Amino acid sequence: MSFVQLLIDATALGALLALVAMGIALVFGVMRLVNFAYGELITVGAYTLVLTKGWPIVLRVLAAFVVVIASSLLMEVIFRPLRRATAATMLVATFALSFLLQNMFLFIFGPQGETIEFLAPLNRAIEIGDLRIRWITIIAIALGAVLLGFMSWLLGKTSVGLQMRAAAADFTTARILGVRAGRVIMLAFVLSGFLAAAVTLVLAVQRPLATPNYGFVVLVPALVGVVVGGLGKLVPATLGGFAIGFATVVLGDLLPSGSRVFLNSVLFAIVIIVLLVRPDGLFTGRTGVAERV
Amino acid sequence: MTDERRPATMLRAAAVSRSFAGVVALDEVTLELDRHEVVGLIGPNGAGKSTLVNVMTGFDRPTAGRVVLAGDDITRWPPHRRGRAGLARTFQHARSFAGLSVRENIEVSALGVGVTTAMARERADRLLDLLGLSSIEGVPASILPHGAERLLGVARALATEPHFVLMDEPAAGLNEAEVPAFAEVVRSVRDDHDAGVLLIDHNMALVMAVSDRVHVLDEGRTIAEGTPDEVRIDAAVGSAYFGRGAADAADE
Repeated sequence: MSFVQLLIDATALGALLALVAMGIALVFGVMRLVNFAYGELITVGAYTLVLTKGWPIVLRVLAAFVVVIASSLLMEVIFRPLRRATAATMLVATFALSFLLQNMFLFIFGPQGETIEFLAPLNRAIEIGDLRIRWITIIAIALGAVLLGFMSWLLGKTSVGLQMRAAAADFTTARILGVRAGRVIMLAFVLSGFLAAAVTLVLAVQRPLATPNYGFVVLVPALVGVVVGGLGKLVPATLGGFAIGFATVVLGDLLPSGSRVFLNSVLFAIVIIVLLVRPDGLFTGRTGVAERV
Repeated sequence: MTDERRPATMLRAAAVSRSFAGVVALDEVTLELDRHEVVGLIGPNGAGKSTLVNVMTGFDRPTAGRVVLAGDDITRWPPHRRGRAGLARTFQHARSFAGLSVRENIEVSALGVGVTTAMARERADRLLDLLGLSSIEGVPASILPHGAERLLGVARALATEPHFVLMDEPAAGLNEAEVPAFAEVVRSVRDDHDAGVLLIDHNMALVMAVSDRVHVLDEGRTIAEGTPDEVRIDAAVGSAYFGRGAADAADE
C-alpha cells in the first residue's frame, strides 16, 4: 500500500471515530456522563436502514436521522434521574442500558445479522495513478470535516454554543447564572444523536451487515480515543478519537500480516503508555490540570 | 403578599435568622437596600456577612425571617429566578468559566437572564470598557490574575442589568493602586446603572469612602447602622470591630 493511500484510509477512519468521540464528549461535557450506550444509537440507525430496505434513499436517510435523534432524546429522559448521581453510578447505568439494548437487538433480529443494502455502489473505487480510493472514503472524510466545522461554529460562535460550553465548564455556576440546564442537556443529546446518525450512514456503506453489537465495536475504540485525548474537553476528545482511528489503520499496515491479530494489543499498549505520561490526555495542553481544580 | 406601603424599589432582609446545627450564624438581622445607594456590610470574620448574602441571593434558606424584593417574598426562590428579577451577586471565589474568554464570561451571564445575542454582545462591550478589561477580552478567564478576576466577577453581575448587586469581597486581591478605580466602579454602578450595591469588604477605606450607609454585624447580630461617620464613632463598633479587628482588616 502506498504511503498516500495509507494516509487517506487512516484519515477516513480517524474522521469517523472523531465524530463518535465528539458525540460522547458533548454529553459528557454537560452531564459528566460517559454514555456507554452511545454505540447502540448507531446500531438503532443500522436496523432502521434494515427495516426501510426498498424505500427511496432520501427517506431512508431521513428515517435514520429521526429515529436515532429520537432514541438519543429518549436516553436523555432515561438518564434524567441520574443527574445528581455519582460518576460511578452513571457509568454502570449506561453500561446496563447498553447491554439491555444489545440483548434486545439479539432477541428481535437474531445473532446472524441483517444485510443493510444501503448505497453499496459507493464502495467502488476511483483510480488515480496507483491510488485506489473508494467513494465512501472520500465521503467519510468530507462529512467529518463538514460536521466538525459545523460543530465548532455552533459551539464557538452561537449563543446556545456559548451556554453549552459554560455549562460544560461549570454546570452549577451556569445554572445559577440562569443558563437553562434542561435545555442545554437536551441540545447536547440532540447533537450527539445527530452525529451518531451521520456515523451510521457512513458505516452502513462500509460494513453492510447489522448485528446486535454493530455500534458497540465502534464505540469502544472511540471511547478509548476520548480518554486518550482528554475526557473533559470537546476538542481534545475529538482529536483523540481521530488519533485512534488514524493509528489503527497505520498500525494495521505497519504490522507484518501474521501479527495483525495483535493490532489491538499494540494499540492499547500505546494508549497505556500515553496515559502514564499524560494522565490528563494527549491534547489538553499544560493548563489542563489547573482548569480542572 | 405585596405590601403596598413598601417602595417597589427595595431589597429587604426582614428579621432573618440562620443557624447551622444549633450554632446561630444570623440572629434576626434586618437590612434594607434601596436602589441608588451603596450600603457597606462590615464585621469581623465569622460575623455572618456571607451567610446574609447567601440568604438574600438564594444560596441558603433562612431558619426564620423573609427576603423581600420589590414587594415580592422571594425567600424560597432559587438563585437564577432572583437573577431574572434583578438581583445579582459576585463570589468570593470568582467562579468564572475556565475555558471561556473574559468576553464570553460576560456574555453568558447576560444570556442567562434571557437577552438576545446582540444585546449580550453590546452589554459586554460596555462592561469591558467600564471595568478596563477591554485589552484582555480574548484571554481565557482561567489565567487571569486575581484582581482582574474580581473585576470580571463584577462585570458578570452587571451584565444581568440588575437592580441590586451584592458584592462579596470584590476588592480582595486588588492592589492599593487599583482600589480607587474600583471605588469609581462601585459609584458608577449606583449612579449610572441605577443599581443598589451591598458591599462586603475588609478594605475599610474603600467601604467608608463609597458607602452611603454602613451596616455592622457581629456574631450574627446587627450592632450598628448609619452613615460612615456615625458608625466610625459608635462605641459598640469600636470595641467589637475596630478594637480587635483593625489589624486583620489592614492585613487584607
